[in-house]
Amino acid sequence: MKIFIDPPNSLILFDLVERFGHEPLGAMAPIQERIDMTEMDMPPMNVTLDDVIKGLKYAGIEVPSGIRGRLALWGPLIEEADAAIIMLDPPFNFGCVGCERSNEMVRYMIRRRGIPSLTVTYPEDEEEAKSVVGQIKEFLEGLK
Amino acid sequence: MIKIAQLSCGTEYSSVQAEVEKAARSVGAKVVYPDVSYADVNNAVKRFGFNPRSPQLKLMIARAVQLADEKYDADAVFITTCFRCAEAALVRNELRRFIQENTRLPVVTYSFTERLKAAQLLTRMEALVTIVTRKDILARERQTGLTAGIDSGSSTTKAMIMENNKIIGKDWTPSGDVVQSATSVLENAMKEAGVEFKQIEAMGVTGYGRFTLGRHFNAKLVQEELTVNSKGAVWLADRQQGEATILDIGGMDNKAITVRDGVPDNFTMGGICAGASGRFLEMTSKRLKIDIEDLGRLADNGDWRNAKMNSYCSVFGIQDLVTTLGEGKSFEDVAAAACHSVAEQVYEQQLQEIDVRHPIIQVGGTSLISGLVTAVGEVLGERPIVPPHSQYIGALGGALLSSGFL
Repeated sequence: MKIFIDPPNSLILFDLVERFGHEPLGAMAPIQERIDMTEMDMPPMNVTLDDVIKGLKYAGIEVPSGIRGRLALWGPLIEEADAAIIMLDPPFNFGCVGCERSNEMVRYMIRRRGIPSLTVTYPEDEEEAKSVVGQIKEFLEGLK
Repeated sequence: MIKIAQLSCGTEYSSVQAEVEKAARSVGAKVVYPDVSYADVNNAVKRFGFNPRSPQLKLMIARAVQLADEKYDADAVFITTCFRCAEAALVRNELRRFIQENTRLPVVTYSFTERLKAAQLLTRMEALVTIVTRKDILARERQTGLTAGIDSGSSTTKAMIMENNKIIGKDWTPSGDVVQSATSVLENAMKEAGVEFKQIEAMGVTGYGRFTLGRHFNAKLVQEELTVNSKGAVWLADRQQGEATILDIGGMDNKAITVRDGVPDNFTMGGICAGASGRFLEMTSKRLKIDIEDLGRLADNGDWRNAKMNSYCSVFGIQDLVTTLGEGKSFEDVAAAACHSVAEQVYEQQLQEIDVRHPIIQVGGTSLISGLVTAVGEVLGERPIVPPHSQYIGALGGALLSSGFL
């Protein structure tokens, strides 16, 4: 199944989803797709004006362009996902798209879709870390 | 008295709350605020699924949930937040959707600045009240008897005579003096219909000059253009049942209205500036020294991609146009770019505030500019329906609805 991960650029969540036999949907694919384009209009990630306009599907013109640009990348993935894993309060180095408004909107869009989702809080110690991985494993195995 | 539930953030601190209440009072409504307890707020936010940082937005959500759960009684909903607040813009639109999914209450959204005046809200508030109080009249699908409708718009004035659900006379003219323009088109329409004024059984007037015309002609129906135009559009397009989106790109402002069985349940009105209105196309055709009627045909033969023109402002838009012409671009490409620019801005600025329903019915005088219809179709991914006599929606709606008084 296709599992959307939040934060969408978390390598750990991406890896866990793959290990437990599912297809992770994260930031890597849409960004890869853009930077592989032969014409690089907007370095470093090639998120173009067209993307930002496409983000209007998810948020109105008053919403800042940075949020709409992010939603243009993650929105289609959320629409495509069969399930999602959300990690709350992660430190920056776990995965972060740098914008709390975008984060909240992404979590809302997942809830609105009504797909199965697991929300876990970033662990503070080893015991909690084991518990979180256990919950993710159980969730992903339950989806098969 | 009609109760309009206000879901808002920032009105008290922006010096506009009194204006909101004044607008409601002027159309015979009062603004109410659904009661919530402190304990309701967290539960409501959890249920809604969006957890904003701003506590007043949380309160907005809790109030919306009270309406959805029918714990608070209101007739319509007005959702408003500060212009340019990203968090509020996200919540405002999702709350609008939540209200529409969970209630049958008409709803309108608005983002305000500190310059907001009651007059800017008048038509919106009036439409909310009309939808609630005139359900019987709005449900009318057939015109009966001999009636007239006049639409006193910002650019043009239109009149229509109908008899037993058939159009028998019509005319339009550029708007000048409100009464003179209306009298002229009414006389011409009556002449075409072969009837005299004393035979007209009822009249409906709409548009900016409606109050003046209502008094002058002693009209039975004096009503804002949002509901009247909706009825006219679905009658002309033969889409009286089911859902549709009505798009009216006007001379001064634009309207996007979603309807269910011909009755609006959500609408946006306005525009950031003239760059997104029919006025910009008028200015473009003047600069190209062609009739506006020819602009659409030219645009259909051009490619907007060849000419840059996407300013939000009509003045800078014309600067783009001059520059583009200076570069030697063809009139066809420039006309196409002007149409595309208007369509794109309507999409970006207004169609985000509603959930577009299908089919899309494009009406108003600008719907006769084929290049603009093509551009709207390209931007929305679906060519809109343009019904016959699409510029007469307001006048037709007036004639249709006023027959409800016979």
